[in-house]
Formats: sequence, structure tokens, C-alpha cells
Amino acid sequence: MTAPAIELKSINKRFGPVWANRDIDLKVMPGTVHGIVGENGAGKSTLMSILYGFYTADTGQILVNGQHINIQNSQQAIAAGIGMVHQHFMLVEPFTVLENVMLGMEGQGLLARAQSKARKALNEIASRYGLDIDPDAIVGDLPVGLQQRVEILKALYRGAKILILDEPTSVLTPQETGQLFNILESLRSQGVTVLLITHKLREIMAITNHVSVMRAGKMVAHRDTDRTNPEELAELMVGRKVLLKVDKRPACPGENRMTVNKVGYVDDRGVKRLKDISFSLRSGEILGVAGVTGNGQSELMKILTGALQPSTGSVSLETGAGVHVLKVGEWPDAGQMRDYGMGHVPEDRLQQGVVKSFDASENAILGYHNKEEYGSPLLKPENIVNATLELMEAYDVRPQLPSLKTANFSGGNQQKLVLAREMMKEPDILIIGQPTRGVDIGAIEFIHRNLIAARDKGAAVLLVSVELDEILSLADRIIVMNDGAITGEVVASETNETELGVLMTSTADADAPVFEDKGHSGKYEKKEEAAA
Amino acid sequence: MRTAFKLAAGIAMSAIAAVSQAQIKPSVIYDMGGKFDRSFNQASYTGAEAFKKETGISYTDFEITNEGQREQVMLRFAQRGFSPIVVAGFQQAPIVEKIAKQFPDTHFVMVDAVVDLPNVRSVIFKEHEGSFLVGALATMKSQNKAVGFIGGMDIPLIRKFGCGYEQGAKYINKDATVLANMTGTTPSAWNDPTKGSELAKAQFDKGVDVIYAAAGGTGVGVYQAAVDAGNLAIGVDSNQNYLHPGKMLTSMVKRVDLVTKTAFEDELNGKFTAGLQVVGLQEGGVDWALDEYNRDLLTEADIKRMGEIREGIIAGDIKVHNWEDTQSCTY
Amino acid sequence: MSQLAAVESPRWVRIGLIPLLQLVLALAVSSLVVLMIGEDPIRAFKIMIHGAISTEFGGLSNTLYYATNFIFTGLAVAVAFHAGLFNIGGEGQAYVAGLAVALVCLTLDSTLNVWFIAPLVVIGCAAFGALWGVIPGYLQAKRGSHIVVTTIMFNFIATALMSYALVVWISPLGGNSTDSRYWASDAVIPKVHELAPSLGFEASFSLLSPVLLVALACCALVWILIWRTRLGFAIRTVGSNPNAATYAGINANRVIIITMAISGALAGMMAFNEAYAAQGRLILNFTSGFGFMGIAVALMGRNHPFGIVLAALLFGALYQGGTELQFEIPSISPQMVLVIQGLVVFFTGALDRLIREPVEAVFQRRAIANANAAVAGGN
Repeated sequence: MTAPAIELKSINKRFGPVWANRDIDLKVMPGTVHGIVGENGAGKSTLMSILYGFYTADTGQILVNGQHINIQNSQQAIAAGIGMVHQHFMLVEPFTVLENVMLGMEGQGLLARAQSKARKALNEIASRYGLDIDPDAIVGDLPVGLQQRVEILKALYRGAKILILDEPTSVLTPQETGQLFNILESLRSQGVTVLLITHKLREIMAITNHVSVMRAGKMVAHRDTDRTNPEELAELMVGRKVLLKVDKRPACPGENRMTVNKVGYVDDRGVKRLKDISFSLRSGEILGVAGVTGNGQSELMKILTGALQPSTGSVSLETGAGVHVLKVGEWPDAGQMRDYGMGHVPEDRLQQGVVKSFDASENAILGYHNKEEYGSPLLKPENIVNATLELMEAYDVRPQLPSLKTANFSGGNQQKLVLAREMMKEPDILIIGQPTRGVDIGAIEFIHRNLIAARDKGAAVLLVSVELDEILSLADRIIVMNDGAITGEVVASETNETELGVLMTSTADADAPVFEDKGHSGKYEKKEEAAA
Repeated sequence: MRTAFKLAAGIAMSAIAAVSQAQIKPSVIYDMGGKFDRSFNQASYTGAEAFKKETGISYTDFEITNEGQREQVMLRFAQRGFSPIVVAGFQQAPIVEKIAKQFPDTHFVMVDAVVDLPNVRSVIFKEHEGSFLVGALATMKSQNKAVGFIGGMDIPLIRKFGCGYEQGAKYINKDATVLANMTGTTPSAWNDPTKGSELAKAQFDKGVDVIYAAAGGTGVGVYQAAVDAGNLAIGVDSNQNYLHPGKMLTSMVKRVDLVTKTAFEDELNGKFTAGLQVVGLQEGGVDWALDEYNRDLLTEADIKRMGEIREGIIAGDIKVHNWEDTQSCTY
Repeated sequence: MSQLAAVESPRWVRIGLIPLLQLVLALAVSSLVVLMIGEDPIRAFKIMIHGAISTEFGGLSNTLYYATNFIFTGLAVAVAFHAGLFNIGGEGQAYVAGLAVALVCLTLDSTLNVWFIAPLVVIGCAAFGALWGVIPGYLQAKRGSHIVVTTIMFNFIATALMSYALVVWISPLGGNSTDSRYWASDAVIPKVHELAPSLGFEASFSLLSPVLLVALACCALVWILIWRTRLGFAIRTVGSNPNAATYAGINANRVIIITMAISGALAGMMAFNEAYAAQGRLILNFTSGFGFMGIAVALMGRNHPFGIVLAALLFGALYQGGTELQFEIPSISPQMVLVIQGLVVFFTGALDRLIREPVEAVFQRRAIANANAAVAGGN
């Protein structure tokens, strides 16, 4: 039997008193795709960082192809044939593909010779693995999927036989994901070993041969992919049974709550971020907004919640607080929006939703701090703490310590605190962005249940998410955005990922969706900008 | 009243002096700027050191660094029985006034300001006389018959310097050009060598080839600019000839050192007197500096001429107008 | 990882032990400096401490007098800091407030007594200081001019303005003096040593006046402002996370402007102590760098009013002890005293993390070990 491509024996890594990795054993056979799954903070990233030389293990052994090696830094990892594609790309955007690939391996003196050598090698690698790319394209102009391809080429050019991919699909459209998996297939067939780190169980099932599950710094299980299923993996990750499917009844939409009428937004640099967005939202329904990150969803959310002034268009709100028509120039701020009966769970809770250095109780009143119930004229800490305890109780925020600094709560608990704050007031309209980003599977289940419950109580919910699974399972209707425009609206129960994927890459003004081999992203639509 | 006090003090002091001369506890309080400011604080220090060397009697001193210290320090000096307390700098005058009232048996010497109390000796200088002298020398040595003056902060005292200088320059040649600039209207003008250098260069461009700075630390920039341009500079307060040997024409010296030393000696000999002392050329309070650093710049005739002018001022044949008398330089 | 973050070292370690260690380290390095000039550091520190806390010649009360100034300027820096603003214009704000003192006193000190003048001076100082703070605040909020740059520039403008005002308007005509006359004595708050006999005790001369009580009251008010009012909540939100402020419907620009006004007003209160009560006249450069010292005080006091009081006392003691040191050991020059003060600022401010992180790590580790033991015991 051949030696494993990678074998880890009893890897231990402590940060102060905390065990990030404890007694990790792992065997990855050559020429396979091996998945590693686990919740946030389970120790996946630490383990991969040890393998790639960013950290050194306290104890334990690393064997590559049966040989003991000592990896102190990433150069040694590369020398051992290990390459890594990070979640956030390490590319120089104004450089060409070729320049990026040879970066750090230019040799000495004049570039020209090294360049022609690199070009030859790059072409050879590209054709062997089916990684078509124009070596002279400027990386910054490429769509995200192709940029990722450059990262893979970089690793292969450095002689990687073992490739680590960290959450590679988090920035990709479904089509691009499909293409990535094709590439991984081809790499596998050429004998490259792939370590795939992800939290998406569907991807594990689709591409890997083997899967290892981590929980709380420990390796809890190894499975052959064809002998397991998502339910089992989820249970292994969380440590208890998890309901992956959202259990919901059909929606019974009521009266109109919000009508968005031709809202447009031009940013400081004159770029059109939103183009004539129109839709309506009714009570008792969840309207999903799908799209690749950066196609106007953030701006739309900010406008609808009062954090940003639109350039054109209007919105009318019909809530328990009366009818309000919002016009450009007299746009309300976030505080007024709340008075109009709106709750808002922001896309990025650390950026917007909470102040990390505040006590949990202070974040529990953020945005509602002007309400008399928290004391008048001075704030009454006991009122705030009591209100916080109520939120924590209802949304199972742990630990139940209102005086604990918010930064010390896990991501999931922070998110639950924000959700509790926004949803406990039972607003007529709920604008929710990425409700489960960075949230553990156990908490996801809880959050989804609460969203459905809010809908059933009559809230009008606008759900913005880049997780298609989430949109498909929660939303009743779905609008798809690309390049600042709505490219289509579908009924959730009658659509699928493929159709959404097509809409996510098509342009709004073409009647028929454009099918193209290469993934479209916002950056390719510049011609249309010029025309407009 | 004052005489009575003087009498009493005199008797008391001589009685003590007879027993033990070493019991006097002289002291100096320097103003902000510190004791090594190459100006009048340093002059007080030099005088005190000279006294110490001659008599073997040590003294105590203190450098003020913030406003909060002034009153506290002077009070502590008085409480501890220091006398005389030599205080340099007009900023200290209000404090001297306060403390001297509380300690009528302690002697104070107020340099550069007037405090009218029976136990305070106020010493002010006839800077216009000294400035007249160096102004005369400046015109004598100027090729272009154009001389310059750089003042520090624009206050009456500095105008007094400038006015005396102008009179001296015109005394030698009434067609001589005298350019004058003040560095600024704020105290930072005392310590802005960069601006001093710029102003000097501007004057050189207009033909000035001898320049006099009465500007504290700003003067350093003026002298350097003069050296760089091959022109002559005139120092102030202390003898600054040594700063650029052969390039400093002379210095207008204010003998704060003598004032300090004399005050200490008077105390020691039981001869301390209060009241206003206005010291000029005659009293040796101001003078021009001649030493080995500028000797080669001058001819015997120059030195003789300077001697004549000096005598003329002392004798009253040459009248030097004091700016402060009329608040203007009309003479 | 989350476990590590979840445990904080005890409060007494953060605000007590660590600053103390920093101070000891600063004094240790200072000792080397004192040794280098051939003096006995132990004796030097004894003199400093004695000079700062002795009551026989007004040492303690002068320490408190300096501390009064530092509390005001420290609070000014701290309030702005809570809104994420680095107000280094305390010096200029206090200086300009001195003009208000002169305006009130020169016009009214012959007609009104202290009970009427003092409140007017307080209002004037706060208003002038606030004005000098609010302009940079406005420029930051509406024009995006960086507050650090504008407040520095406003210090220079204040210096020029005040020199002009003193020389041209305020100082008695014809003199070389750049100071105002003394305010009428019954228009000025009496100093503690003047009040002492009527209160039944004796006190040596010092510049300490009951303004210290005003400073302490300001500490309490600032604490209430920051932690008990909606404005304080908004200030802290803007300071910690401007995006969250927008999200919460807080008008960050408005908060910035208001905060700078409050900060400037607090800095201006220093003029109330210095130009009105302590000196009893307006003196050129009366601020003596106390405004800048407020930065160090706020830094060391960790922007908390209670910490600021402690830090102000420490710096007050350093100033007063430094004066005494200069007095007793003539070979120790004012520059040397400045070095010692600088070292304290250096170790408590600039090198904060050098000591803070390792010490906190020790206590975190202990706390986690205890927690683990408790869990194990519970099971």
C-alpha cells in the first residue's frame, strides 16, 4: 500500500490555555480529495496553518509521502510540495496572471528570461490540468472564479502535489463552483491530492473521497464520503442531532408593507450601484434576495434601513406606525426607520450590528437606546440589564451575562443577540442580511426557526443572503440581483439552484438570460456602464 | 522711612557680618529659559559663580519651568532665609512685589524691572547707550554704510535697543542706512533662529553688511547667516564674541553678572541698599566688548574713536535718546 | 480561543497593579539617569515623595493644585477619546479660555465679588474653550479635516491670538510685561491657605484653591455623561464603531461636534483654575503644557474619570516633587526632572502593552485554570 500523501500524528497546538488542536491524527491518501469539516473555531484553520507553516505545532509529527518533515514556514511547506489557496486571495491585482504566478520566483537579474520560462511552464500546467487562462490578462479585471484559478496555478507552478483549499466556494456563484469542482476532478485524476476545508456539507458530498470531522479542536470522525450522509456529518460536527431541513408551512401573505419604487444609487465615484430597483413586500412572507456578494444587495439594505440616501426613487411603508412615503432628499435615518416599524439585522454584525467593546447589555439596546423604558432622563442600568436578560432568555444567548463584553461571545451568540434585539420588538418589517454568516450549525437551525415564526406572526421579511441553500429553504419568493439590478423574480418552491445561478449572472436589460461559459461578475459589465 | 530701614538693616548686617561673614545665604532665581541661555540668566549665573570663587561662599539657585513654581519657589527661598534673592527677568516682577512685602527683612534684587519696595533693589540698564556704541562701530566697519538690526519680540525694551543702535549708526554717518526688523510679536520670537536667519538674509540682500541682534535665541540664526554671507554680526547681553571668532564685530554687554556679584558683595559687607539703580556706561552696567576674538577686526583708530564716543556719552556731550521716554525714536 | 477571550483579568490588576508596575519600571530607569549624574536615586526619590506629600511647606496642596489642572485637561482628552477623537488641542482651548477670564475680571472685578464673578468666569471659560474645540469638531464632521491636524493648528492660532491679545489689549500699557494686572482680590476665589484660618487650621502657602472640588465634580459629571446618558451612549458608539452608530440612527457628525464642545469646555476649565484662581491674573503661556499633559493623564487613567483623578495626582506629585528635587539637589536640573516625567509617560503610555499584555496573560491563565478546576469539581 502506498504511503499517505499527508499523515499527521498527535498534533497538539495550544494558544495560552486553549487547545486549538488536540491529538489530531489525519491520513490523506494521494490522488484523493479529502474534506475537512467543522464548525467555526473547531480548529480546521489552525490545523491547515500548521501544515502550511504559519504555525508550528507544539507536539506531533507531520509526514509527507511517508517522510518525516519539519515545517517551520511556508517556504518549507512549498518545498515539501504543499500549496495553499486562501479564502482571501493573495494576488497583486494590477499585475498580469503571468506576473502573479511567477511572483517570488523571478530568479535574478533580468525578468525577460524568467518570464518566457514561466510562460512555457504555465502553458504546460494549464493544458495538463485544464486550467485555461490568458497569461497576459490583468488579474484585477478577472472575475473571482478566474482569480481563484490563478491562485491554484500559482500553487501548481511552485510544484505543489498537495493542494489545500480554504473555504474556496464562499465567493463563487454556483456556476463557478461547478467549474472549480471540474478542476478539482481533473487535478485528482492527475494525481494531485486536495484538502478541501469547508462548512458546506453539500460540497463535501459532491466532490470528496474521504471526509474528516473536527469539533472543539479534536478530530471526531473519519468517513468515506460514499458511506456517510449530511445528517450524520452535521451531527458529528455539532455533537447532537440537527434538523437540516427547515420545517415550514406555506406562506399566507397579507397586506402590502413596503413598496420599493425605482430606487437607484450612484456612489461617490459616480458608479451606479443600484439601478431602478422595484419590488414590494407583504406581511407574512419572506422575500429572498439572491446574488453574488457585491452586486448591490448591501446598498439596497442600507437604503431600506436608513443608513444610506438613495439617488433616485422612493419607498412607501405601510405599517402599524402609519403610511410613510420616503423620498430622495428627506430620507429618514435608521432611528426613524425603527420608529416606522422596521427591524434590521445587518449583513455584517461586527461592522454594523454591535459594538464589540460594549457590554452585551449595551448592544442589546443599540438603536433603541432612546426608548424611555431604559430610564429617563438618565439611563437605568438595571432596566437595561433586565431587558437584556429577557432577550438572552428568549434567544438562548450564552453565556447569559449581560455585563460580559460582546467580543467575548461566540459569533453565533452575538448574532442571536442582534436577532433578539431586532425581532423581540416584533417589527412589521424585518430586513435581514446574512442571518447565519459565521454561525454554527446548531445556531443556524435556531435562527431559521425563529425567522419562520416571525413570518407566521405577520412580519414582512426581506432576507438577503449569499447562501443559496438558505434562500431556497427560507424564502417564499426570491428576487435575484446582479450588477445593481434585479435580474429576475421566482417563486421559491418552483425554482432550483441552476435557475438562480443563471439569473445571478445574467444582465437585467437582456430579455433572455445570457448563457456563457465564463462566469460573469460585476466587473465584466463595464461596457454597459459606458453605454448608460 | 526708607532711610530708617536702611539704617536699621545696615546696623543689623554689620553686626552679623562682624560675627561671621559666611552666614549670608545668597540666591538666584532664573526665569524660564534656564541658566544656560547665553543671555541674562547665564549672566546672573556667571556673576554668582564669580562671587563664589572669590569668597568661597556658596549660593542656591533655581530655574523656573512653569508659572506654578514662581511664587512657591520665591516664597521657599525667603522662608529659608536666603538673602539677597536675585531675580532675573521682568516676568518675575509681580511675584517679587508680592513676596517682598511678606518678607521685609529679606533683600531682593530685581533685574530688568522696577519694584518699588524698601527691601528691593531694582536694576535697569541703559541699553540705549550700549546700543549706541555698537551702532557707531557698525557704521564704521560697514562697507556699504548699511547696517541692520534684528529684534526679538516687539516690545518697548527691544525698541529701546533698536533706537539706540540707530542713533549710534547715524552719529558716524547720518546718511547710513539702518534697517530694522522684529522677529515677531509673541514670545516665540525669542527662540526662532530660522526666522532670524531669514530676516538677516533679507537685510543682506538690501546691502546690509553688519547686523545686530537683540533677540535671545533667535540671534543664533542671525549670527550664522552673517557668517555664511561673510558679513559681521554684533552680539547682545553676554559677550558673544566667542561664538564666531573673527566674525563677531563686538557684543553689547549688559553686566547682569556684575549686578549679581555686587548685590552678593553688598550683602556680605552689610552695604545692601534698596531703591532703583539705572546703570549705563558710566556705572559699567552696559558696554561694548573687546577681546581676543574681535581684536583683529579693529584698527587702533577704531578703538580710539570708540573710546572717544564712550567718553562723550558718559560726559553728557553725546545725548542718547531713550525710546521709553517718548515711546518713539525721535531725537 | 473564545475561552481565552472570555476571561478578563481582574479589575484591580488592570487599573491598579499594572499602572503601579509601569510606574516602578519608569522610576527604575529614572534611577539609572540619576545615578549617571552621580546622585543617590533613593535620596532623590525620597525628596520627591516628601516634596509631593508633605504638608509642612505646602507640598501636598501644591500637588493637588497641579492635579486640579490635570484633571480638567485629562477629562477633556478622555471625553473626546470616547468619541474616537484625539483632541490634542487642550492646550489651545485652555489658553483661549484664559481670555474669558480676563474679559470677565477686567470688566467686572471692581463691581462684583467672588460669588458673582466665579460663576461668570466658569461660564466664560467653558464657552471659550468649547468654541475653540467645536471649530475643529465642525471641520472634522462636515469637511473631514482630521481632528489631530486641526487641533494642533488651533493650538498655534491660540498662541498667536493670546500673545496679541495680551500685548495689545490686556497688559498695562507701556510696559514690557506680557501679563495682565492682578484681579481684585475680593473677586478671586481665595486659596486654601487663605481660607484655612477661618476654617480653624493652618496651611502653608500653595496655589491650591477650592477649584479642586469643581474638578472632582466635573469627574462625576463626565462619568454620568459617558455611562449614564443617551448622549454618552451615542458618543461611545460613534467612538467604537461609526458604522454601528449609523446603523443605530445616531448622527455621528452631530455627536462629534457636541463632543468637541464638551471636551473644549473641560479644557477651558483649566483656565478657571490657573488664570483665575491660582495666578489671579492672565499670564503669557500660563498653560505651561498642562493641556498636553492631559493626554498623558487620560492615557494613564484609561479615559475613566476615576483613573484620571489618580493619574492627575501622580503627575501633580511628579511636578511638585520635581520642583522640590530641583530645590534640594541643585545638580538635578529641570531637564532631568523632565526626563523623569517623560519616562513615566513613556512607560505608562507608549509602552503600555509591554507590561500590560504579559501581566494580563498571567491572570487570564490563572482565571481559566480556576474556572476549569471549578468545572471539574462540579462534575
